[in-house]
Amino acid sequence: MDFSFNDNEQSFHDELNDFLDKELPADWYTKPVRWPHDYAGSPYRDPKDEETGEVFRKKLADKGWLTISWPKEYGGRGYTNMEQAIFDERMSYYLAPASGGISCGIVGPMLLRIGTPEQQEHWIPRIASGEIGFWLGYSEPNAGSDLGSVSTFAREEGDHFVFNGQKCWSSGAHHADYSWMIVRTDADARKHAGCSLFIVDNKTPGITMRPVINILGNHSFNEVFMDDARVPKENLIGEKNKGFYHLMQALDFERISLVGIGTFKRFLEELVEYVKTSTRNGRPLKDIPSVRHKLADLATRVEIGYMLFYRTAEMLDRGQEPNVESSALKVMATELARDMAEIAMEILGPYGQLTEPGERAPLRALVSRGFLESISATIGAGTSEIQRNVIAQRGLGLPRV
Amino acid sequence: MNLDKNTEQTMLDDAARKFLQSKCPSSLVRSARDDDAPFPQELWQGMAEMGWMSLTIDQAHEGLGGSFDDLTVLLEAMGAACLPAPYFNTAVVSATAISRSSATGLKENLLPRIAAGKLVSTLALIEPDNSYGLDNIQSTAVANANGYLVNGIKLFVEYAQGADYLLTVANTEGDGLVVLMIDANSPGISLTPAPTLDYSKQCEVFFNDVQVESDLVVATGEDARELLLYLEQVCAVGKCAEMVGAMQTVLDMTVQYAKDRTQFGQPIGGFQSIQHHCANMAVDVDSARYLTGLAAWKVSENLPAAKEVSMAKSFVSRVAIRVAKMGHQVHGAISFCDEFDMHLFLRKVQSASMAFGDSEFHQEKVAVELGL
Ligand SMILES: Cc1cc2nc3c(=O)[nH]c(=O)nc-3n(C[C@H](O)[C@H](O)[C@H](O)COP(=O)(O)OP(=O)(O)OC[C@H]3O[C@@H](n4cnc5c(N)ncnc54)[C@H](O)[C@@H]3O)c2cc1C
Repeated sequence: MDFSFNDNEQSFHDELNDFLDKELPADWYTKPVRWPHDYAGSPYRDPKDEETGEVFRKKLADKGWLTISWPKEYGGRGYTNMEQAIFDERMSYYLAPASGGISCGIVGPMLLRIGTPEQQEHWIPRIASGEIGFWLGYSEPNAGSDLGSVSTFAREEGDHFVFNGQKCWSSGAHHADYSWMIVRTDADARKHAGCSLFIVDNKTPGITMRPVINILGNHSFNEVFMDDARVPKENLIGEKNKGFYHLMQALDFERISLVGIGTFKRFLEELVEYVKTSTRNGRPLKDIPSVRHKLADLATRVEIGYMLFYRTAEMLDRGQEPNVESSALKVMATELARDMAEIAMEILGPYGQLTEPGERAPLRALVSRGFLESISATIGAGTSEIQRNVIAQRGLGLPRV
Repeated sequence: MNLDKNTEQTMLDDAARKFLQSKCPSSLVRSARDDDAPFPQELWQGMAEMGWMSLTIDQAHEGLGGSFDDLTVLLEAMGAACLPAPYFNTAVVSATAISRSSATGLKENLLPRIAAGKLVSTLALIEPDNSYGLDNIQSTAVANANGYLVNGIKLFVEYAQGADYLLTVANTEGDGLVVLMIDANSPGISLTPAPTLDYSKQCEVFFNDVQVESDLVVATGEDARELLLYLEQVCAVGKCAEMVGAMQTVLDMTVQYAKDRTQFGQPIGGFQSIQHHCANMAVDVDSARYLTGLAAWKVSENLPAAKEVSMAKSFVSRVAIRVAKMGHQVHGAISFCDEFDMHLFLRKVQSASMAFGDSEFHQEKVAVELGL
């Protein structure tokens, strides 16, 4: 056993630290309004920060760092998955705007696995450069956990598929350019056997969107309606009617790339700092045993989160599919995201409820936001119940009921 | 023993639920949130016409003379509706404080106005270094010829912009705490909005040389401390009742949804993990309800209640959040939308769980009551 980085990994880790220290202001982590394991992206309170973020992202793309674990011939750096994990950890610890998001984290890797050479040539460079963004077109009103029952139908007609149906909870669809979408292509097949994956242009005639406001008051969700939307056949990704099986891999990528494990550590450190320097009813918070114990518990769970995260990378490097392990990571991290918010709220007392930053709102009023935000963590990208089913049934071999 | 509501309470409950269903739908909770007005006036007047403002005010002051127990029935219904108005602040906190005061002039002046729905009052208690309890109040009230001169900062004051009076606690030099009904229009008062999760339009309140006339003094010295300790109990149990109402609604919504929503060809309520979630919620709701009932009854009967009150507040504060979160979990993504009601309850119980002592604060009190 060896829990340390090897030489390559360590020097990459150091290189990342140097780069981040040089390219981002020291207080950058205070700029994005983000809670660990959020889905709603990272809005900034100040538009200037948005610009700084864009410049930084461009630098990452130029270095090929948005796609470091992709093969070199596809604009990547050919790094290992462990190095990818180190990159994700460092970037998320700095809250750097580094996520290649759905494009580089899910669509790109999937295209590299199942796309045709023509498709790879067409899409990969634009994804690697950060030029185009994707949203995930999985869920429908009657297909949430039961993704195999999607009913949006794509009918073959000449050199096109004609789409009719509806997607929902389509996060960021209004900012993205394309959808990575699963739809039904065979009405007669058993449900999982009749689905296919497509890349669908948002600008396709027949596609309309309705914004849905989330409980934070933000427009992150959309409902997307497809009414005779014609999608060219070359946008079918992977084998026709095998979409569901392809998707299982995509879901592993999603669970791993979404975690942003470093944000947990960053927030823990901020909370510890707050406790060290603050009082409640005239008494230093750091002297209150229950507060100390709560922080100790959070710190322990953050450490576990790191191990479960690195484990998935290690498995990918060995050529194994971290299917059950990514479920374990997801359950662990998302429940920690919730508990961190609840515990921070308890520690901050009434001040945790303030929703606007200001002199009296500790930690930039982030805790009230996290309290709401983290509600979605254990639901999106496969609920905790579904992850536990995966762990129990696929992982432990318990019978399906 | 009778662990349930009596006949009158059942009638009160039915009437309250009916009224709130029609006059306080969740759409009103949202429009009240988005509106500049501090709270919906029409709703307030309707509640006054129902006699709710005067429920526990004695008959000599144009009230109905109901018990605290009766009041918790209303509070539960209001929790179930996420009521967006300063009822708790006015008819629970302020009316109770004034009713217990020995200042007859004050009672005659203010209680009938509260009873008629013509007076809104809110509590200004919390301070920068005093979140809970009474041990570290820094606001000062200096006695002078006409009453007191008040200085200080109060935080987390709900609906302050809609209040006619601020029920305020300050420290005198030498005579301990004083409880005052401060006219909100007095010179020297300024407000800064400080919004919180629960949409209760909170403000920071600054008192800068505010003169309070002696006829607005509620209690001083030992009386003030005794009154505040009683108020603390009333308010803690009152918040429990609100949480029980909210939890029950969350449970009802969730069980219904588990029956209606199908995935994998069956109602999600058919999955044992969902059944266990619902069962856990039901046990939490029952536990919270009876513990709150016990504490309310003791307070109502003027029995020693410190232990039961703190047991209730510490327990209910914890499980109410657990239940609301589980409600979200069973509903899935739909509960993450503003237009779906679940988050209104999460916000409500979050705020109630913090108010008048959080779970830990009251656990500590229980430990003390156990002789530790
Ligand atoms: C913030 C957020 C962002 C999202 N973004 C996107 C997006 O961009 N694109 C997209 O396609 N989707 C997105 N989703 C949708 C997400 O994938 C679904 O919410 C998720 O798959 C659950 O589906 P559902 O919400 O319909 O819940 P349901 O499937 O209806 O589940 C309801 C409850 O039943 C439980 N349940 C269901 N089946 C079982 C079972 N077999 N055993 C035990 N319990 C079960 C669930 O765990 C849950 O508690 C997003 C969701 C959220 C919250």
